[in-house]
Amino acid sequence: MAMVMGRSGRVGRLATHLTLVFLVLLWTVPTFGLFVSSFRDKDQLIVSGWWESLTTTEQTAFGRTGDTDDQVQRGGQWVIEGDFLDPDSDARILTFSDNQRDLTAYQAGQTLIHDDGSRFTLYADGRYEWISDQPFDLRRGDRIFYVVEVPPIFALANYREVLASEGIGQSFINTLTVTVPATIIPIMMAAFAAYTFAWMQFPGRQVLFAIVVGLLVVPLQMSLIPLLRMYNEIGAALGVDAKSYLGIWLAHTGFGLPLAIYLLRNYIGSLPREIIESAKVDGASHFDIFRKLVAPLSVPALASFAIFQFLWVWNDLLVALVFLGKRDDQIVLTSRLRELLGSRGDNWEILTSSAFITIIVPLLVFLALQRYFVRGLLGGSVKG
Amino acid sequence: MVDQVIGAIIAIVLAVGISAFYFAGTNWALDRFLANTRRPDGTVIIRNNLRESIRPWLFIAPALLVLTIYLIYPVVETLRLSFFDADANTFVGFGNYIWMFRDPEFLQSVGNNLMWLIVVPAAACAFGLMVAVLADKVAWGTIAKTFIFLPMAISFVGASVIWKFVYDFRGPDSEQIGVLNALVMAFGGDPQAWITIPFWNNFFLMVILVWIQTPFAMVIFSAALRGLPSETLEAARIDGANEFQLFFKIMLPQIMSTVVVVWTTITIIVLKIFDIVLAMTNGQWDTEVLANLMFDWMFRGGGDFGRGSTIALVIMIAVIPIMIWNIRRFQAEEGMR
Repeated sequence: MAMVMGRSGRVGRLATHLTLVFLVLLWTVPTFGLFVSSFRDKDQLIVSGWWESLTTTEQTAFGRTGDTDDQVQRGGQWVIEGDFLDPDSDARILTFSDNQRDLTAYQAGQTLIHDDGSRFTLYADGRYEWISDQPFDLRRGDRIFYVVEVPPIFALANYREVLASEGIGQSFINTLTVTVPATIIPIMMAAFAAYTFAWMQFPGRQVLFAIVVGLLVVPLQMSLIPLLRMYNEIGAALGVDAKSYLGIWLAHTGFGLPLAIYLLRNYIGSLPREIIESAKVDGASHFDIFRKLVAPLSVPALASFAIFQFLWVWNDLLVALVFLGKRDDQIVLTSRLRELLGSRGDNWEILTSSAFITIIVPLLVFLALQRYFVRGLLGGSVKG
Repeated sequence: MVDQVIGAIIAIVLAVGISAFYFAGTNWALDRFLANTRRPDGTVIIRNNLRESIRPWLFIAPALLVLTIYLIYPVVETLRLSFFDADANTFVGFGNYIWMFRDPEFLQSVGNNLMWLIVVPAAACAFGLMVAVLADKVAWGTIAKTFIFLPMAISFVGASVIWKFVYDFRGPDSEQIGVLNALVMAFGGDPQAWITIPFWNNFFLMVILVWIQTPFAMVIFSAALRGLPSETLEAARIDGANEFQLFFKIMLPQIMSTVVVVWTTITIIVLKIFDIVLAMTNGQWDTEVLANLMFDWMFRGGGDFGRGSTIALVIMIAVIPIMIWNIRRFQAEEGMR
């Protein structure tokens, strides 16, 4: 092959690499930007792009000086002292002014002389000194505007905020509460049905399974209104809340069953006939064959389905919006994130960190169990 | 919070327990009460056939029951409700259908859905194929595929936040923090509020779904390409075919059936697209789609179940050809076994 590849071959190789690099960037950079931003200081986040997050940012801000109560007498002069910046921070003040429209009037360390003769000095580290020959008479401190150079700040502050005060922590628990049972409940039901379809003879088997294949693609939208009405009626009849975890577990079970039965039947049906037949000859009942032979052999397929269902339920928004309330103890991560997009649309420090908490679990599950996931995908790629 | 965690744990235990109890219990009862019996006169009544004709139904009954309640009955009920008014009380004939075809929002949704149907499956398949083919040619292909694979695990809402951040817009005088506008400005353009520009904003939303569906296409195509017999490729190479000819004349025709499967799978997802539109625009700026409109009518002004059902039915009707094709394909495969 190397012989055939001349100059054009080498150019082609380079083009291949570059195109692939470009595609990889397109598929990773957006998520990476969100990830980086979620750790940035919220004031830096809005003044510079995340790709500049390692460089120092210039921000404008203002500080208010102390007032009459803060003055001390020192050597015949009256002095107000203070610090505009956090003493621990590495931020440096560049310029300052008492006029918002002329931020660069004075360099840090220079002295601004007021009309009354008082002298105001702001140092780069944020300390200021306001000296006057007469006692100050200020009910409120003076506003000083400054340009400050802030080194990059990365912290977990955004995460702390969303977990505690934006309710993401609670929603995380809610999502787990929905997802785990909704993943486990359908499995046994589907496994028995799949075994029955694969290895037992009964009239109508083909037709019933064709219906399952058809149900794979029935849009969820067809189920929502009748089920919502049914849940409301049951809720009213029993005097309980129509929006409940039990309701959504069962709904997800119903919506996940066609894929579960389909995937598992394909897998169980492909087990070697001899194993099943010889067990039958030995006098094993179908129940025993399922329990002792088929179920253990089907673990990979069960795992694929479990991952599918887990990801699907964790990431679902529509079913949760319809079958769960928006109360704090029911609202799931996806719904909460959607609400935040509406109410906190400009607070990127909140959105980025919330989004990251929402996607991290599926990402980890996905990375860890890729093999099973891909196998499942290849086994039943017609889920609707 | 503790309550709900305990509730979830109880639910898991109960679900597993009840299932085990059901399957083991009914199986035991069947063998116990329909056992072969010996009459006093010595003849044996053999009920093997009876038992074995009941057993399959015991095993599939729970699944069938759930499928019936959650999928089959609702389909019929939605069809019925589409002929009734908002409260599902009064029969209105084709009233909802007539309303629908005069409703500008509905017509807009149909138009947008059609655009989504053309663009998203095509783009996702094209990118998926591209990655699958290119990754096979370089040493770091597996790593590339893993990276591109990841967005598939991200929820539509999560992806919407990610891309809304990419599309973020600040006034022309301020520093852009969205990648897209920063790039536009770097090349000398003016920043735009992308998702509010009618017509074009649809495409910015589609990008999100393409981004999520490409990995799916990639995985399936990768497997299909790997399954191709190497003889045909080698033969074509020896005959002097270049890489493009190789792809379009040798590889693509052989995986065409896989392309069709992936295409239709993505088509179904596109027909139901909801989360992305709800999160990004909620149908504003002419981006409405059927599923979002349907959801809207489910709750708008206390909920209009008639109109909601009618819109849901439109989505269903669009899916039916694919459904029939799927069943046919399945039956053909079964016939080959």
